[in-house]
Amino acid sequence: MSNAPESTVSAPPRAEAAHDLRLQGLTKEYATFTAVKALDLVVPQGQFFALLGPSGCGKTTTLRMVAGLETPTSGSIHLGDSDITYEKPYKRPVNTVFQNYALFPHLDIAKNVAFGLERRGVKNTKQQVAEMLELVELTSQAHKKPAQMSGGQQQRVALARALINQPEVLLLDEPLGALDLKLRRGMQLELKRIQTEVGLTFVHVTHDQEEAMTMADTIAVMNGGVIEQMGAPTELYENPRTTFVANFLGQSNLIAGDIEGRDGDQVKVRVQGAVASVPADRAHAESGQGWLGIRPEKVLIAETGHPIDAPGDVITGGFVTDVSFVGVSTQYQVRMPWGQELMVFEQNTGARGMLPVGTKVDVSWRPEFAFLLDASQDAMAGIEGD
Amino acid sequence: MATVDDVATGGPPEHRPRRNLTGYWLILPGALWLLLFFVIPFYSLLAASLFDPDGSVLTGYDVTFHVQNFGNAFWDYKEQIGRSLLYAALATATCLVLGYVLAYAIAFKAGRWKNLMLVLVIAPFFTSFLLRTLSWKLILADDGWVVDVAQAIHLTDALQLVNLADGDRLLATPFAVIAGLTYNFLPFMVLPLYASLEKVDVRLIEAAGDLYASPARGFLKVTLPLSMPGVVAGTLLTFIPATGDYVNDQLLGNTNTRMVGASIQSLFTKENDYATAGALSVILMVIIVAAVMVYVRKAGTEELV
Ligand SMILES: Nc1ncnc2c1ncn2[C@@H]1O[C@H](COP(=O)(O)OP(=O)(O)OP(=O)(O)O)[C@@H](O)[C@H]1O
Ligand SMILES: [Mg+2]
Repeated sequence: MSNAPESTVSAPPRAEAAHDLRLQGLTKEYATFTAVKALDLVVPQGQFFALLGPSGCGKTTTLRMVAGLETPTSGSIHLGDSDITYEKPYKRPVNTVFQNYALFPHLDIAKNVAFGLERRGVKNTKQQVAEMLELVELTSQAHKKPAQMSGGQQQRVALARALINQPEVLLLDEPLGALDLKLRRGMQLELKRIQTEVGLTFVHVTHDQEEAMTMADTIAVMNGGVIEQMGAPTELYENPRTTFVANFLGQSNLIAGDIEGRDGDQVKVRVQGAVASVPADRAHAESGQGWLGIRPEKVLIAETGHPIDAPGDVITGGFVTDVSFVGVSTQYQVRMPWGQELMVFEQNTGARGMLPVGTKVDVSWRPEFAFLLDASQDAMAGIEGD
Repeated sequence: MATVDDVATGGPPEHRPRRNLTGYWLILPGALWLLLFFVIPFYSLLAASLFDPDGSVLTGYDVTFHVQNFGNAFWDYKEQIGRSLLYAALATATCLVLGYVLAYAIAFKAGRWKNLMLVLVIAPFFTSFLLRTLSWKLILADDGWVVDVAQAIHLTDALQLVNLADGDRLLATPFAVIAGLTYNFLPFMVLPLYASLEKVDVRLIEAAGDLYASPARGFLKVTLPLSMPGVVAGTLLTFIPATGDYVNDQLLGNTNTRMVGASIQSLFTKENDYATAGALSVILMVIIVAAVMVYVRKAGTEELV
């Protein structure tokens, strides 16, 4: 993983920008509500790009503007050199896999898949349709109607119907949303394989953070109509820039602290009497109050008096209030002297038995894994289950 | 009475496959209704069509299985029958075009005016069918401004060219009869069309646009096929009653626009020729049923969702 420089656009600069999708200052206002606010982003050609965010954050609206189904209030959309902001939907080299599939109920599967080609006047579609159905493994279903197919099969038809047109950009609006977990995992791999195979630009909308992380080259985390952060999955996970990203993508412990200032390439933070440090490139606040963040699996735990494996910044005086065993790991809740509960995930290596509830413990983490966020943000932002 | 077997099986009560008769009981009221108001009148109609044509109110009628009634009636009234089918077809086609546009506008473009517009579509039903048709007589009257306008824009000339009017008038012409039929049956076309169009998912139309279909192509390939059930229902609801209609032709037409409905009515009520009237009714019914069957098969409703 590369630590990207301080820029909102994560994609490394490349020579050919021929068919990149560029959104500039894209805004969509409804009568009383701004669904998308001045969105800037570049999706490099051939990338698997995920737009991740909670329900209602403007993901579908963004896709609809790219597809031409919604007119932006302001801003522009470019595909390569051409401005397609106000281009008619049927003239854009963009296809969509809709959130609800939107298969034509009166046409059989083969005709659904051939629809786009036929509208563009392609004469002999048989061969291409057959190849596409083979790709999505539905060859034997070609003459069924959509209503006679399962959800997963319909989803694959929707995918085939869009893919066959070889669009410059394929928009996928939570296409896996309706599938059960197992089918979903299968389709994720499938989608990724197809994307690699055909090499098209995919913009994949989802509110499943795991899905975004496993599939995408780049993730943009969206919240309330703006992009909070954009970058490679590892970058977003390891070095979140906002509390929303820290909580929405995985889980985080956020501890209030006073920023003491910069010391070389470290930033010092006073947390509840102890001093912790954060690498300067992971510190997104420079002075005043801050949230010191650490992922639960990066926190080490040991019974008070016992040595900690690879200690870094240590805080003492906690005790275990909850333990849950989840097979590969054990998840602890540790109450700290100032009353906050920290999450600690420990790999079940077998090196030590489980610590029972009530055990007095010390916690520690390597400073290079910590991050520092501005205290003006809500520490609970983006916590799932709301 | 419990037998030894019943006791022996024990456990949860055995589920015996018993004929469920509820369904048949539910059919009963409808079946009685049909018997009373369709089968019995139809039987008497069929009987009348086989009366001895020499019978009269005074001498009484006998069912003599005089099958020639059919041939005679058809031969004598073939013009009226043909005219009925033609006028009904023209009125249905006009209704389909006007009704489709209207239903489409209500379903997709009316926004919050939707309910108001639907009420307006059925508003004519609040006054008598007869009164409304009579008022068309006034509207199309020779000294009315409608005729003046029609003459000014050469509508009357155009109508004469296609034999739907004679002279510079509108009233008492085939055009007036067809217009009256169109007017009277339009709601029967609009409502089923609206019901079908309303169900068309706009997201499918968007998907068609996303897949390179211009709005016109999208309409032809998606909206229209999905509204076919409404088209079929609407045309049937318009064509069938329009074929048998006897009011528009009598109020708005002339002696050369007689439709078969009017002929049947006058045979029954004025000339007391029950045999011919009955035969004519049966013939009309057979023609309509045959036409509908051919049409429904052609329209391929089984292809539709
Ligand atoms: N036609 C409209 N008029 C007013 N507000 C709208 C309209 N369409 C969408 N919105 C609002 O815009 C916001 C963004 O909607 P959008 O459909 O883009 O959300 P989303 O991120 O796709 O959510 P989900 O994950 O639930 O699909 C929502 O708060 C929604 O209520
Ligand atoms: Mg959405």
